[in-house]
Amino acid sequence: MGHDEYQKHDAKILTPSFIVLLTLAMIGFALILLRFVKGIGAVSNMSDGYPWGIWITYDVATGTAIACGGYAMAILVYIRNRMHYHPMIRSAILTSMFGYGLAGFSVMVDVGRPWNAYNFFVPSKWQANSAMFEVAVCVMAYTTVLIMEFLPAILTALERTEWKTLQYMLDRAYSRLGMERPERIGDRLDKVKELAAWARPRLDKILIFIIVLGITLPTMHQSSLGSLLLIASTKLHPLWHTGFLPLLFLINCMYIGYSIAILESVLSCYAFKRPFETKELSGLARIIPWLTAIWLSVVIGDLAWRGQLGTAVSFNFYSRFFLLEFCLIAGGSLLLFNKRRRESIRWLFVSAALIVLGGALYRFNVYLIGFNPGKGWHYFPALAEVMITVGIVAFEILGYQVLVKLLPVLPKLHTREQLAAKTATDTAIRHTIGHKALEH
Amino acid sequence: MIMAKPSRRQFLKIMGATGAALLAGKNASAHEEHKINNETIGMLYDATKCVGCKACMSTCKRVNGDYGSLSYERAKFDTDGLWDAPQDLSGSTRTLIKLFKQSEQEWSYVKYSCMHCQKPSCVSVCPVAAMTRDPETGIVDYNKNTCIGCRYCQVACAFNIPKFQWEKAIPQIVKCDLCKNTNLPKKGISACAEVCPAGAIMFGKRKDLLEEAEKRLRENPGKYINHIYGAHEVGGTNHIYLAGMQFNKLGLPTLKEEAPAEFSEKIQHTIYKGFIAPVALYGTLCFIAVKNIKGNDEDEKGHETKTDKGGDTNGTR
Repeated sequence: MGHDEYQKHDAKILTPSFIVLLTLAMIGFALILLRFVKGIGAVSNMSDGYPWGIWITYDVATGTAIACGGYAMAILVYIRNRMHYHPMIRSAILTSMFGYGLAGFSVMVDVGRPWNAYNFFVPSKWQANSAMFEVAVCVMAYTTVLIMEFLPAILTALERTEWKTLQYMLDRAYSRLGMERPERIGDRLDKVKELAAWARPRLDKILIFIIVLGITLPTMHQSSLGSLLLIASTKLHPLWHTGFLPLLFLINCMYIGYSIAILESVLSCYAFKRPFETKELSGLARIIPWLTAIWLSVVIGDLAWRGQLGTAVSFNFYSRFFLLEFCLIAGGSLLLFNKRRRESIRWLFVSAALIVLGGALYRFNVYLIGFNPGKGWHYFPALAEVMITVGIVAFEILGYQVLVKLLPVLPKLHTREQLAAKTATDTAIRHTIGHKALEH
Repeated sequence: MIMAKPSRRQFLKIMGATGAALLAGKNASAHEEHKINNETIGMLYDATKCVGCKACMSTCKRVNGDYGSLSYERAKFDTDGLWDAPQDLSGSTRTLIKLFKQSEQEWSYVKYSCMHCQKPSCVSVCPVAAMTRDPETGIVDYNKNTCIGCRYCQVACAFNIPKFQWEKAIPQIVKCDLCKNTNLPKKGISACAEVCPAGAIMFGKRKDLLEEAEKRLRENPGKYINHIYGAHEVGGTNHIYLAGMQFNKLGLPTLKEEAPAEFSEKIQHTIYKGFIAPVALYGTLCFIAVKNIKGNDEDEKGHETKTDKGGDTNGTR
């Protein structure tokens, strides 16, 4: 697809929010260092009863669902053939890349013996019975796929760059040292540009097969994230323990994915003072209530079949969390059935936020709140444990903020307004670039 | 956008197929019902014989200390560090004796250690096969050189047996391995069973243990709860119990006969049988996506010739 659908966001990188986020990230990383020196017990409240705390529940199980924007958008654009959403896909993929990359990083912080992780690549150690094995391999593969999906943005930027900052810094450095700047540095930089121009059209040709892999892999591991808790039949509360866990997690990540795409677009347009993408967002919002309707009917049907409907409305501790999750998702979806609300940015934001909260609470319910290992065990995250998660999330937002200012990620403003007329020129430009690259 | 309708139908079809596969997983009957192997070895713990001397605990640490990375655990009152005083199974303690008191007259000791399940959940969930079950001996063993420390075994175990060394920078999982690498090869018996002065721990083949347990139940009516704990729980365990008090009061949970691992593996295997479903999904999606993109390009080309009268339409992609 056309690379001129996107543009860099021209703004300063060093903003106050940049400094706040950087501070939070540094605190988080300092605590991570402490965890590796003093052991996991020194920074977390996890115990033998609650061996998985918020690092797994939030960073991995919930974080990857929130990072499903790229997955959900790819289904919409390439499978359901809504190409006019294409300009939105790059920022969705960027957040997915950060979400998944940092989920993988969190896992390395969480596991006790990360140096043994190479065993995932040793066939004799493969354990097909384990949902964890499936999740780990799929998540690693998907993170690679996301990086490849994002590569065109980096290549485009490389092609067009003048290396101004680098040239300036090199000139300064050499003049300080009192030396002539050698010619070959400039040659090498030109080589990189040429290489990027050579690689991009070739990547474009096979990109669709990578993108489809990027749809298949989340389908697999998002359902497996649900399968992870199938084994805990004696510990997970019957409101949530069901053979449908894989299906529920799969649909859950889809509606979270679309909702997060809406939230993200509204927030970034607000923060970067760009016009809101109301038309695209209300289109996205139309899909969500159908997905949640399917999800809610599976939940209710399954509870009825297992005779747990009474438990659901018994208003005890578990029932309250179940009802809260249920109401958040159902409430947000009901708002979206109304066309007028779908066309108001404020209502879109509110309902998408409700659905993301409800969907995330579902994952918390399955991994933590509904999980009871027996008498005498309690878990509430320690401050340091929370700060590590906060630090990682801060780093994620920080990375997004910086990269949209360095690379063409956000939808180009005028293209969105006259997209139909523009796509034609886009193709022409793309073809010319392709030809030039071939001539080189 | 002419493609929108059929492709949506195709999309729903795929989603339907995924759902059906998951449903099938729910309903499919077990292909390989696991069989209990009574030739494997285990232990019978008789709570009514136990005198609570904790000789088993101290011997376990002495014998397995180096191999199992076990250390002594200080109590708060013991400032000099003279006693080992573990409160529970932990990253330093593989076996533990506890006293349960119902009243001054009614009480019972209970010993905790790995149950060595016939169909162990920990083995089923370990992503890198660090937890293994020896098919000959039935011993559920842990290999720290493979373990990544994900603690899924802890989540999975219905008895909360595997313990993690939370306070160490280089931690590992700790659990009983029936002295597989220490006392068993040397003396043919686990250290705790060897040292027990009251005969509360019997070591041997599962069939002999069951026979002995049934005999004791038969010969001492009224002394025991009429149940051999572990004979059928979660698909049968090799560490079995007799007691004079309700097992759930002694911290041994009331469990179903089906092994949780059977349930989860059934679903996982149905979805991923022969890896057909993922490959089929990828193939179908590729087909749809390539068709959509081609259709779109043709749209664009048609558009171009109309508006721009030519342009660069013969470009290769």
